[in-house]
Amino acid sequence: MGSPANHDNVASLATDFYSLLESFKETPFYHLLFEIFLVLTVLWLILFRKPRRIEKKLTEKEKQELIDEWQPEPLVPPVDANHPALNVRVLDGIVGKTIEIDGKKSLNFATFNFLNFVGNPRITDKAIQAVQKYGVGSCGPRGFYGTIDIHLELEERLAHFFNCEEGIIYSYGFSTVASIIPAYSKRNDILFVDEGVHYAIQKGVEASRSTVKWFRHNDISDLERLLVEQDIHDKKNPKKARTLRRFLIIEGLYMNYGDLCPLPRMVELKYQYKYRIFMDESVSFGTIGQTGRGVTEYYNIDRRKIDLISSSLEYSVGSIGGFAVGSSFVVDHQRLSAQGYCFSASLPPLLAAAAIEALNIMEEEDTTLCDTLMEKSKRLHQKLLDIKGYLIVGEDISPLKHLRLTNSQNTVARLEEIVEFAQTRGITITVARYLNDEHRLPEPSIRLILNVEMTDEELEFLCTVLQEARVKVTV
Amino acid sequence: MTVRDPTPVPEHPSLEEVYEATPFSEAFWTYVNYIILNIFGWFRDFLRRTRIENRKGSAEYNPSGFVPLYQSYESFYTRNVYQRIADCFNRPIGGVPGGKLDLMERVTEDYNWSFNFTGNKITTINLGSYNYLGFANNNGPIADNVIESIKENGLATASSTQEFGNLKQHRKLESLVAQFLGTEDAIAFGMGFATNALNISSLCGKGCLILSDELNHTSLVLGARLSGAVIKVYKHNDMKHLERLLRDSIVSGQPRTHRPWQKILIIVEGVYSMEGSLCKLPELIELKKKYRAYLYLDEAHSIGAMGSRGRGVVDYWKCDVNDVDVLMGTFTKSFAAAGGYIAGKKELIDHIRINSHACAYAISMSPPVVEQIISVLNLLIDDDETREGRKRINQLAWNTRYFRQRLSKMGFIVYGHPHSPVVPALLYSPSKIAAFNREMLKRGVSVVTVGFPATPLVLGRVRFCLSASHTKEMLDDVLKYAEEVGDLLNMRQSKLNPKKPFHETELIAH
Repeated sequence: MGSPANHDNVASLATDFYSLLESFKETPFYHLLFEIFLVLTVLWLILFRKPRRIEKKLTEKEKQELIDEWQPEPLVPPVDANHPALNVRVLDGIVGKTIEIDGKKSLNFATFNFLNFVGNPRITDKAIQAVQKYGVGSCGPRGFYGTIDIHLELEERLAHFFNCEEGIIYSYGFSTVASIIPAYSKRNDILFVDEGVHYAIQKGVEASRSTVKWFRHNDISDLERLLVEQDIHDKKNPKKARTLRRFLIIEGLYMNYGDLCPLPRMVELKYQYKYRIFMDESVSFGTIGQTGRGVTEYYNIDRRKIDLISSSLEYSVGSIGGFAVGSSFVVDHQRLSAQGYCFSASLPPLLAAAAIEALNIMEEEDTTLCDTLMEKSKRLHQKLLDIKGYLIVGEDISPLKHLRLTNSQNTVARLEEIVEFAQTRGITITVARYLNDEHRLPEPSIRLILNVEMTDEELEFLCTVLQEARVKVTV
Repeated sequence: MTVRDPTPVPEHPSLEEVYEATPFSEAFWTYVNYIILNIFGWFRDFLRRTRIENRKGSAEYNPSGFVPLYQSYESFYTRNVYQRIADCFNRPIGGVPGGKLDLMERVTEDYNWSFNFTGNKITTINLGSYNYLGFANNNGPIADNVIESIKENGLATASSTQEFGNLKQHRKLESLVAQFLGTEDAIAFGMGFATNALNISSLCGKGCLILSDELNHTSLVLGARLSGAVIKVYKHNDMKHLERLLRDSIVSGQPRTHRPWQKILIIVEGVYSMEGSLCKLPELIELKKKYRAYLYLDEAHSIGAMGSRGRGVVDYWKCDVNDVDVLMGTFTKSFAAAGGYIAGKKELIDHIRINSHACAYAISMSPPVVEQIISVLNLLIDDDETREGRKRINQLAWNTRYFRQRLSKMGFIVYGHPHSPVVPALLYSPSKIAAFNREMLKRGVSVVTVGFPATPLVLGRVRFCLSASHTKEMLDDVLKYAEEVGDLLNMRQSKLNPKKPFHETELIAH
């Protein structure tokens, strides 16, 4: 029991408390609100606000010290003086079926001279006539007086050759596909690209800044897997999917592997998954198909199903430059948005004239150039298969084949020795050169290129030399 | 080709570049112009969408269900503005792009959507082609050399430089270029655009900084992008802004990690093709030395055209060629051929030979083109004043001064450096761009007029490209016609040089 004094204290506390509450009722409302706000602010400052480190700004003196201290790396790293690129062979004369190195002639299986148009007298004459009419350079881009009537003629001829609506030419083979891809495919668009495409396509894909999905070389099931994945992704977000363009980037005949793409199946998938096909036929133009019209002729597919075919004038045609053919709807866009077309000088007219004459030769009624080339490629393939110790990569009808040594002996050094040896015997072949930052660096190999004018004896000789080289090198 | 003055024109580097402010009335009417074009554009697009008007242009072969290949707003400008004046661009020619040009006459029946050739040729004075030293020729000793070379070396090697594409000619060209410029070594490529786009990535990569001028050419921008380095843009020719950027970048380091930069590369051009301005080379070299950056100089338009000996802006500003780390240029403009080169120290060139995309994969240069360049270089290297090379350089310099001074005295607003052979005169609005072009063509002069997007929106211009193959008479004719057309279009509005009639602007050029 509390004492009467305690009792009194409690009672007075109670009355005090009661009068406190009463006074609350009498204070103005805003006063209460303000007090509550202050209390909450104090609570927040104590509990939730992290103390900020006060960063002092750098003084001018400190900045100058940093600037004085900074040392850049040298502009270029030290180079290896023995790198093969610094010790290339310097040739003289026409680089045709035979080439002359250090005064000695040898058979040329190294340059991309499939139809032996380099040094062809008819083409030479036409080029000389063009120089006498137009001079050498075109002195301007296509938009500003650099369009010469011979360019328009070449574009028409190419479109006619491929039975397409329109053609467009570029002045450099490498820039052709590297400018085409970024003209259509922008950021956020989707590119399905074969891993084995050559470097120019890789650069075009990089320049486009699109989403890239690589699929294993020539592996249709891998491509299907990617397409199915993308489809599932689309179904989750159909509105966005309606704005994303999709492209399939492939080559007709792969330069790094010598094999054909499985085009029929890819065209089927095109209509199923709604993507567009851009095919690069640099190597297959003039070499595959009855009349050299490429992979579409070989598989007998309607060329209108391929949205754009790009190719090069530097391989079979023996000139310089590149081109693209397709429907007007697709090709015309490049005239204002392909950087390598709009911002660069046009092709020198003599090279355009040479290309037109080469097309004339290819389109002649009784020509059997491409047929013969395919036949000889098959024969060479058989002969090469007979040599022990080499792995032949490539289709039998392909005039471009890659040779590798079997097992673990396949190194660049050994291949270079083979090339050296072959050179002493009068055969010129080359190790395929790649840069280290390829997306998927192909295995070291010798790139063998067949010239249509090679006779059977010369092919036999090539095989003999290759056999001897193999023996010599792996001893 | 007549030479005005047998003695060389004294070349004093000039620091004055005048950029007159846009007159208010011009800016106002240009915006009105664009607004009207836009309104009509939307209206016509509406008509096309509702099929009241027929869609011109082609349609896609693919069945429906495919995502449209082009966004319609991307091509709004093309359909509604560019298409109206499309006859001013892509004009085909039928002969040598020399001092005079043979244009193929073409007519359109459906407002520039398609063209037909009448078969006639119109001869015009050519102020549009990049033919600074007048070497575009289809006869003469150089053409004979070219024809010999076609017979001896064929038209192409069909092989890349790292494989079997090197002829003795290519080596000769490279050593001549190095001799001409005064550097240790040089390397040549088949396309000028590709030289920039493919080689900057061998010099810079991730972790590097590229400081690029606002008005750099597309090839430099693409090359910088492909390299993967961080790119910062500074205002055109503004050395103070560049210095501020340099200081701030070195102090703060790479973004986010603040690691120090591996290297800093400043990319500039010798002569800027749309402004006609020169880079401020002495100040750039001073800055580069102070901050230990590297300098990449693109002399596409200035090699052969600037400098008392034709060696480009380094020659013009009388700087030391070893101070510029990477000298790049093209053979398309002054040499009337095709291709590009990079010159510099031997380690740099060796590194490029090993690592360049163009060396490893692209086919090497065509031998007749190489021969053309070699012949021109032989003429230009010769320092004898009475010889062909020097005569042409002097003629170009005289033409430049003469034309620029008379044009500005006549009241045109002219941009650029007083000694640059690229002469832009401002037109401002898109309709004047078309009108000037067509009116000059009627009078027998072919010019290049450009608007958005190659230039800022309000600053459409006509760009005269002078050449050593222009005679004084040709230039006088052009100036007289420009006076007529300028009055027709109310172009002669300069406040700095109030307009005077043609005959009052006669002067001795120096």
